[in-house]
Amino acid sequence: MVAKFRTPGLLRAGLYTAYAVALSYAIIWIFRTWYSLDPVLKGEPVLELSLFLSPLGFLIGLGSFSYWFRWASGKPTIPEDHSGHGAHSWRDYFKVNTDHKVIGIQYVVTSFVFFFIGGLFAMLMRAELAQPGRQFVDSSTFNGLFSVHASLLIFLFIIPVFAGLANYVLPLMIGAPDMAFPRLNALSFWMLPLGGIMMLMSFLAPGGSFASGWTAYAPLAVTAPEGQVFFTIGVQFAGASSIATALNFLVTIITMRAPGMSFFRMPLLVWANFSTSLLVVIATPFIAVSQFMVFFDRALGFNFFEPTGGGDVLMYQHIFWFYSHPAVYIMMLPGFGIVSEILAVKSRKPIFGYRMMAFSLLAIVVLGFTVWAHHMFVSGMHDWIRVPMMVTTAIIAVPTGIKIFSWLATLWRGVLHIDTPMLFALGFITMFTLGGISGVMLAIIPVTIHVSDTYFIVAHIHYVLFGGSLFTIFAGVYYWFPKMTGRMYDERLGKVHFWSTFVFFNLTFAPMHVIGIQGMPRRVADYAEQWATWNLMITIASFFLGLSALLFAYNMVASWRGGPKAESNPWRALTLEWQVTSPPPIFNFDAIPTVVGGPYEYGVPGAVHAVLKDAEVPTPVGAAAHGASAGATATKDEEH
Amino acid sequence: MSEETRRQERTPVLPLVVIGFLASAVGIALGLAIEWFPTAASTQAGPIDDLYDLMIILSVPVFVVVTIIVLFSAWRFRMRPGEEQLDGPPIHGNTKLEVIWTAIPALVLVVLCIYTYVVLTDIEEAQANEMRINVTGQQFAWSYEYPQAGGKPVRSTTLYVPKDRPVRFYVKALDVLHDFWVPAFRMKVDAVPGITTRYRVTPTRLGTYPVVCAELCGLGHSVMRSTAKVVTPDDFEAWIAKQKAPAGGAATDGDGGGGGGDEAKPPEIDAKTLFTDGNGTATACGACHTLADAGTSSQTGPDLDKVLKGKDAGFIKTSITDPEAEITSGFQGGIMPKNYAETLSPEELDALVTYLGEVAAK
Repeated sequence: MVAKFRTPGLLRAGLYTAYAVALSYAIIWIFRTWYSLDPVLKGEPVLELSLFLSPLGFLIGLGSFSYWFRWASGKPTIPEDHSGHGAHSWRDYFKVNTDHKVIGIQYVVTSFVFFFIGGLFAMLMRAELAQPGRQFVDSSTFNGLFSVHASLLIFLFIIPVFAGLANYVLPLMIGAPDMAFPRLNALSFWMLPLGGIMMLMSFLAPGGSFASGWTAYAPLAVTAPEGQVFFTIGVQFAGASSIATALNFLVTIITMRAPGMSFFRMPLLVWANFSTSLLVVIATPFIAVSQFMVFFDRALGFNFFEPTGGGDVLMYQHIFWFYSHPAVYIMMLPGFGIVSEILAVKSRKPIFGYRMMAFSLLAIVVLGFTVWAHHMFVSGMHDWIRVPMMVTTAIIAVPTGIKIFSWLATLWRGVLHIDTPMLFALGFITMFTLGGISGVMLAIIPVTIHVSDTYFIVAHIHYVLFGGSLFTIFAGVYYWFPKMTGRMYDERLGKVHFWSTFVFFNLTFAPMHVIGIQGMPRRVADYAEQWATWNLMITIASFFLGLSALLFAYNMVASWRGGPKAESNPWRALTLEWQVTSPPPIFNFDAIPTVVGGPYEYGVPGAVHAVLKDAEVPTPVGAAAHGASAGATATKDEEH
Repeated sequence: MSEETRRQERTPVLPLVVIGFLASAVGIALGLAIEWFPTAASTQAGPIDDLYDLMIILSVPVFVVVTIIVLFSAWRFRMRPGEEQLDGPPIHGNTKLEVIWTAIPALVLVVLCIYTYVVLTDIEEAQANEMRINVTGQQFAWSYEYPQAGGKPVRSTTLYVPKDRPVRFYVKALDVLHDFWVPAFRMKVDAVPGITTRYRVTPTRLGTYPVVCAELCGLGHSVMRSTAKVVTPDDFEAWIAKQKAPAGGAATDGDGGGGGGDEAKPPEIDAKTLFTDGNGTATACGACHTLADAGTSSQTGPDLDKVLKGKDAGFIKTSITDPEAEITSGFQGGIMPKNYAETLSPEELDALVTYLGEVAAK
């Protein structure tokens, strides 16, 4: 038993978490005694320090840092025998694993857990909003629900689930055996659930969970009850995870492409994640900074955002949105990549205007940093900033428009296989167009002056993030499900899931445009009688929308356990991840493939994307044999 | 359909264009028919509503084009039995098309931005004879201050504005961010601690309109509402004069300076009206509390018909002046304003306590 607490794993992680809390007590005790502060032990500082230290304790206990600690202290490092690769039972998913495929699944499953929790909070909010007045929850709980809902779905679902999908398929797509930094990759993943758990734990804090929205505007966030720091610090871990993964993707994409895989032979998913990673690396430190400043204001009495102390309230919003507007593209560009893959394969046609698709991604990266203040048209900032920001905001619709038109042209005269991933991709194109249109409306300053902070905004972001991002996530999960699990999902159930999601999504969010313009502010637990009918309708539709998500969950779980075995390439796709078995062998390729052409040459006679050394791979029979020998060949694989 | 027949078949573009035009027309008509906006009560509302209509007219065709192409492709180009192994034509792109769909949206957007700039300048233009009103947001109430030449400003918790007189609001916040918004006027701006923000409106329509806080400001955010009354210039002058009058019933100052006047003319305080309407400075109790006798039914705060049963005057008075002293279970602190000791005159407070005591005893 004692040995179990000494070897890396969840048990030791729990023990070290307790150590970290004890250490926090000790440090606070020492400092407060030193400065003769009374009382010597105060709950808030101990809690705040614990929130920083206990996740670190957990990660050390889990073994995330073991290799680096040995190396740094001069001990002999444990030679990499690749025993940490692959997962043989479900228990392996609860360990530090350096296999990008295991990490990919860890990411996706974890994110979906938070997706369902965040979705449940939305249901609770809608229950409260079904009627005017107060029914289920008090306003503290309500404000907490929408704050945690948004924070979880943004920081713990959309951003990481894309990182998870890319973690799985991107190295395969570029012909690499793994990510560039597998240990960093494992550390990135394990920081993530800690951030999420912290946000959920805020409900246990005195005064309730953080309740100042996911935007956590100062000075409300500075004066809010202690639950706020669970967000302030939780975001640091989610953000650090995101930054480390983005660095990992950048280095992987730049240095680990297979021979012949030039930038303009990369699948668009790789381009999309390259662009996203650039955004993350440049932008995410800004939200880290904004939250550290809030933390210093709260914990140490700094006056960053306190006007009477020389602080500046608007500075918070500028720093925050300098991250959070690019974050919208962080939550969208990987989806663009997924849809590009699916549309080309399912239309049996090359992607239309490949280079423009790649360049428009880069254009969005650059322009994405020039539009942040359109979130602040009514914030009281200098008036002159508004017009330039309106122009850039309108112009960023152009590269987005290029993508939509190119997707439409890709469909044109193709041979469309309209299955579940394709349905979600097509649904995405139409719904995201609506989100884009309301986005352009929000660039138009006089319109925004009226609709900002209303349900129109709620409608807009859900058309972008639900009709946009989430539809691409569903599309991607269905599309790569056979590759990731080796099983086929239930197609009929998938279609039911799509149609129910599509219909109830629109019934839920379309009316919000109307009540928003009519004047219903967002983030309210109570509203005027005139919107009672609309809200009741929205609530009913949202419950059905919630039920449709359960269909998805059932389909995934049941198909993973007992779905029919998947072939290596059920979609007849050309990209590399489909040229190996489902699921792929432990080191992806027996030998690094050679890329000889573009990734989407459907309909081009005799076109080849890549040559795999083991010529038997494309045929299913050979693929099966290949999979069986994967374990044996693993040790022959070159060191990496 | 074999690959051969697929190639030979012509795509019916003309009918698609016709359907597109029809659908756009229907969509635009529908978009314009929906009553999107609340009552327009300022000169600013017209141009903003028109701009929104223009956006509808521009947006519907974009959505129609995308949707029609998706639906048409899904129907026309779908895989049919026997085509499982068929690929589409290897079209990689078309530079002319790509230039067109880059240039045209860019052009439309630039024109739209220029037009917007004109509208924006128009609605924010300085007007002659502007009246200044200071607006203060605090958790969770709005108050308004009308500076008077050579005298104390008039203060109120209901926004009175004269019709057709340009108004400029100077907005301040005492604690956290708020946002001063009268949907009927269309304009809004954040109330930001440390700075004064401004905007202009010219009310054009008599009536009573809601004032809303649009920026999340804490637990009571959803109840931080007030009322805007657009009145005739004569009524407005009369109201100002009444507010300025030393014994004007409603407390116009909180410093007790008017105490002498009050003693000379014993004020007749109607506690029930005070409960339902407030006194111009103090937020009305009935805005948040249910009290059958006063006919209020809001559920934001505890139901006074229930919680006051059998309570004495001391308890009631403490509950008004120090709301945190005892919190009814199921409710939370921090929502009820803590400034009733200042915003109510001692007489008003006593009248209110007496009234509530009588109601509770019933």
